[in-house]
Amino acid sequence: MNRHKILRVVTGLLAPPILLFALYVQFHGDYGPGGGFQAGVIFGAAFILYGLLYGVARTKEVAPPAAIRSLAAGGVLLYAGVGAASMLLGANYLDYDVLAADPVAGQHLGILLIEAGVGVTVASTMIMLFYAFGTRD
Amino acid sequence: MAFLVIMAVAIARQHNLFAAVMLTGIFSLLSAAVFVVLDAVDVAFTEAAVGAGVTTVLMLATLGRTVSRQRARRGRPLAALVVCSGVGVLLLYAAWSLPPMGDGASPANLHVAPRYIVDSPREVGVPNMVTSVLASYRGYDTLGEVTVIFTAGIGVLALIGIARRSGRGR
Repeated sequence: MNRHKILRVVTGLLAPPILLFALYVQFHGDYGPGGGFQAGVIFGAAFILYGLLYGVARTKEVAPPAAIRSLAAGGVLLYAGVGAASMLLGANYLDYDVLAADPVAGQHLGILLIEAGVGVTVASTMIMLFYAFGTRD
Repeated sequence: MAFLVIMAVAIARQHNLFAAVMLTGIFSLLSAAVFVVLDAVDVAFTEAAVGAGVTTVLMLATLGRTVSRQRARRGRPLAALVVCSGVGVLLLYAAWSLPPMGDGASPANLHVAPRYIVDSPREVGVPNMVTSVLASYRGYDTLGEVTVIFTAGIGVLALIGIARRSGRGR
């Protein structure tokens, strides 16, 4: 893939805005369409685009497979951990009301955290799959 | 919708798998447009990103590792045609008795939806109601979904990722 100069330059230009847009989708999910799933996919797609043009080896330097694997598990853990935390604070599993002083703030915090967990898991699973499929023999 | 049908037929008739994957991507993009028309923006977002974007790339990567032409099949797949048309007719028959779209008196709109609409601004305080239902009221379901995604990824890795690494040192 060393010949596609135009594609490589455009990808280099586009990858940072895509990552930024993914973060926007992630954190703007409370107010507009979007959320963890969509943001995770967009975030992962940026890495996949980069990997397609610059090679899987270079992408692995940016996002080491071991780190990606732990992040995939970490997202689920974060989600389940929020549930456990609300249980420890004396409410039902995944009841965010108790996470902050007043229920609405608690809901905001809980949703923010679990959406982050969703996004991290989705993004790293996408990248993980891309590594698994994209590594040539 | 007509475009969707055209695309589906084109995919089915396509023997070059590379072209079929591209057509599947276009199909996903078109269904995303249909979701936008139906006011399901969140679903459209996901469909466009997952269906048209990532799935296409993964399918292409798979093609890169295998062959990109379908083997010619002998004989007429009559049984498949009968089963498909049978299920299609059944689905059309069932769709006939669905309430019309946007009907305020349909069971789906009378069960928990009014409570979400009335109480979620006070209880959750998130302007996007889809998010508050998805992340708060239906938190268990979403946790399940994330676990499914994670498990699927681990499964793929177990099947092709790790085996190859130990086998060929890469």
